[in-house]
Amino acid sequence: MNFINTNILTIVVFLPLAGAILLVFFPRRHRDIRWFALAVSLITLLASLHLPWYLVRGQSGFQFEQNIPWIAHPNIHYHLGIDGISMWLVILTTFLMPMCVLISWNSIGDRVKEFFILMLVLETAMIGVFVALDLFLFYFFWEATLIPMALIIGMYGHGRKIYASVKFFLYTMIASVFMLAAILWLYARTGSFDFVTIQNMIQGGQVPGFENAALWLFLGFFVAFAVKVPLFPLHTWLPDAHVEAPTAGSVLLAGVLLKMGTYGLLRFSLGLFPDQARRNAPWIIALAIIGIIYGALVAMVQPNIKRLVAYTSVSHLGFVVLGIFSFTQLGMDGAVYQMLSHGISTGALFMLLGMIYDRRHTYDIGEYGGLATPMPVYATFFAFIMLSSVGLPLLNGFIGEFMVLSGAFQAKQLYGILAATGVIWSACYLLWMYQRVFFGTVTNPANNSLRDLDARERVSLWPLAIAALVMGVAPMLWLHSIDPAVAAALKQFSNVVQAHATHAPGSLLHADFARNGMQALLQVIGR
Amino acid sequence: MIPAVDYIRILPELVLSIFGIIVMMVDPVLPEQGSKKPLGIVALVGTLAALAATAYQTGFYGEAFYHMVRVDTFSVFFHVVVLMVSLVVILASYDYLDVQGIRAGGEYYALILFGTVGMMLMSSAIELVLIFIALEISSISTYILAGMRRRAAESAEASLKYFLLGSFATAFFLYGVAMIYGATGTTNIYNIANFLRTQQSTLAYLAVGLMFVGLGFKVASAPFHVWTPDVYEGSPAPVVALMSTGPKAAAFAVLLRVLFATGAPGWFWMVWVSAALSMTLGNIGALVQQNVKRLLAYSSIAHAGYLLVAFAAGRQVGISAAMFYAASYAAMNVGAFAVVSHFASAGEKYVTLDDYAGLGRRSPVLAAILTIFLLSLIGIPVTGGFFAKFYVFSAALQSNLVWLTIIGVINSAIAAYYYLRVIVYMYMRDERSEAPVARIPVGLGIGLAISLIATIYLGVLPGRVLEYAIQGAQDLLK
Repeated sequence: MNFINTNILTIVVFLPLAGAILLVFFPRRHRDIRWFALAVSLITLLASLHLPWYLVRGQSGFQFEQNIPWIAHPNIHYHLGIDGISMWLVILTTFLMPMCVLISWNSIGDRVKEFFILMLVLETAMIGVFVALDLFLFYFFWEATLIPMALIIGMYGHGRKIYASVKFFLYTMIASVFMLAAILWLYARTGSFDFVTIQNMIQGGQVPGFENAALWLFLGFFVAFAVKVPLFPLHTWLPDAHVEAPTAGSVLLAGVLLKMGTYGLLRFSLGLFPDQARRNAPWIIALAIIGIIYGALVAMVQPNIKRLVAYTSVSHLGFVVLGIFSFTQLGMDGAVYQMLSHGISTGALFMLLGMIYDRRHTYDIGEYGGLATPMPVYATFFAFIMLSSVGLPLLNGFIGEFMVLSGAFQAKQLYGILAATGVIWSACYLLWMYQRVFFGTVTNPANNSLRDLDARERVSLWPLAIAALVMGVAPMLWLHSIDPAVAAALKQFSNVVQAHATHAPGSLLHADFARNGMQALLQVIGR
Repeated sequence: MIPAVDYIRILPELVLSIFGIIVMMVDPVLPEQGSKKPLGIVALVGTLAALAATAYQTGFYGEAFYHMVRVDTFSVFFHVVVLMVSLVVILASYDYLDVQGIRAGGEYYALILFGTVGMMLMSSAIELVLIFIALEISSISTYILAGMRRRAAESAEASLKYFLLGSFATAFFLYGVAMIYGATGTTNIYNIANFLRTQQSTLAYLAVGLMFVGLGFKVASAPFHVWTPDVYEGSPAPVVALMSTGPKAAAFAVLLRVLFATGAPGWFWMVWVSAALSMTLGNIGALVQQNVKRLLAYSSIAHAGYLLVAFAAGRQVGISAAMFYAASYAAMNVGAFAVVSHFASAGEKYVTLDDYAGLGRRSPVLAAILTIFLLSLIGIPVTGGFFAKFYVFSAALQSNLVWLTIIGVINSAIAAYYYLRVIVYMYMRDERSEAPVARIPVGLGIGLAISLIATIYLGVLPGRVLEYAIQGAQDLLK
């Protein structure tokens, strides 16, 4: 047992890579390749389920840690570890992966082997980002996600795929070199890449010249994460990348890659530079709120369904950023929860769009109409997932948004009021889209003969639909482990804030308040 | 009486010279119109023997021939880099010569070996006059090698251009040597160091400036880089693989000795400006290239710039970072050019980006290998290029060169674009012209495997090589 506990993270991270390497030696027979990729992703999922099972809930700090010196000069460690926040993001990744394999079963017909190799390599890199506790290792995995994703978009996408792929690559690459510069600066002054060590040194005031450089360091990290999230003015790569990517690419992009940005903000921007985060919060929140409203308004007028869903990500991820920078227990809990639920619902939405694209090869809303008649099962799944994305109570989207908004109200009423309009907008554009695509009579004769979902497609949707429902009715399953991790992050934070005496009057940082909020939430749900 | 151990201290050079002579002697025995592959094997054995000799040398550190040559970790490090480069180049040339119809195999392999002797000597010589001779040996060999595709006008142009500008630059270096002799009364690096430690000399500033110009030309750093694209475009691809890495690494070794071992004054801003210019001009120039060889030429200018950032950082961290960079740059660049040389096929016809369109489909293995080298040149993790850049920039930050680091970091982001363009062409575009891809010959396959393994090894377990580099830096400053 001990052996497994110390090595489980390594196993989860490198299982997909091992699968990818084995896949290189596979014959080019499509069937075997797909089954093998599915098996690898399922085994990884099973292995990752070890984590929530054996996570000790009350314990603060990181668990399942593994810390091995990797390179002596510079002092780089192979340091992995998770807490309640990163654990669920790992599970989200491993959970979405088998669906992505299933959804690509028939839609990828050319260069199948390369596709699944790229997908598995991407999975390793994504999980690595969430479990790395050494800044160097983190950057290593962060950059490593870039290549497979860019290739997936560029090789298997459609339309202006090359443009989208290069844009995605350059945006992320350029932004993340600033993070590299900041990491190097920290290393030059602390002699360590270890997240925990650097954090302690910064809090202890042992980093010479930190006060002067802090703003720049914060911005260096922030830019890298903000592009990934994407925060309002830096979001322009996202619609292109989403629309041109193959379905599995969009699912992973929306489901996991965007979360790397918000995870980074939560773990590194807040963890390392709490003081700067506090000071810069107003304009970041402003950008997040602009993103919420702007994303929603732009989504509303899109003639292309996939582009519409892509813009909803800009809007929904705005909520996450708002929750994080509200610096309240409730808001941050909600932000983490929203990350997970957005992964589930938007991932599922993209899968649904992929299914209709396989049949009709268009995302144009005008081409559809009355789809509920030929495809009732599809329409039901779509309605369910769409409602979870809108934030209907009893489904997953509601919990996260509710908590984020409560947190925002605690921080400043104006934030809450403005952001709450985003919920209304999201109901507008999604319901309107649903009406145009599914209701009424079939106007386009090409849609009359569409076949409904087959077994494979249903199998790939059921887990997501169930997850959406369970996350909506029993959020405590997740919040039990998220809450202490967020509390730990905030506690560190309040130390610094008190030390610098820049306490904002509106915010409450006490953990017991969060308990109250949680109880209030549970009462709401109980009703 | 010269002690016997002195000969051990130049053993790799001796071995390789002998093999060069053997190549020239075997050449007339072979049928004139036949394949020159046997000579390739002789050259290969020679390089392997020289590698063994270098390994043997590690037990005999010290100076030889009246303080002319010094064997230490520093010289051994560069010996290995240079020898590995020529090993891969010889392997890549093995079939290339037949494909291109180059009959002068004897001269070709012999010149590679002699050039390598010069490069090795450059890294172990501690006497400026000997350094100059070594520099000439390596340069003259590459001048001729550049013109080996005798039927192609651009190859002759490359050779002539390289020769004229190269001799001009060497004259600068020689002038610098004369100046430093005038200033200090000696041409031995460590005697110069002793002199400069106690006395100031204005003339020394001028001397360092002149030597920097001469060596700056050899490493293709801006503003002495103008020759690079034309020469790289015209020369045979395996020769470009050699001259963009081997002589460059050797010239950097000399530059390290001249700037740091002597404790020379006044180099900082010169190096700073040259580094910033090289990175920027190289990367911007590469953005618009359609010819892959020219693209890689501009990229090599940019990489000289990154290397000079490590120079500007100075001290032990900077020197070791520069050494590591030289090694990993050699590994990835020699590999990239080896792929280019194979894909160019007869007459080097297929060297534009359009010819690379759809390569991922036609030759998945070759395309995947080239992709890894290109990713390494960008500086993506798991490749040597990543750690190389990483060490360089962290050395720069440890020396408080914040602005130079920012310029470098922005540049590496720009660079990503044009390397990526090649990958985009290979994988995402449909082929427009039918460029045939022959099977990968055995020699090239082994060569590519060596550079691939080196690139990945440096990217995953750089610790060992870096320790050698640090040791080398300590030996250099001793």
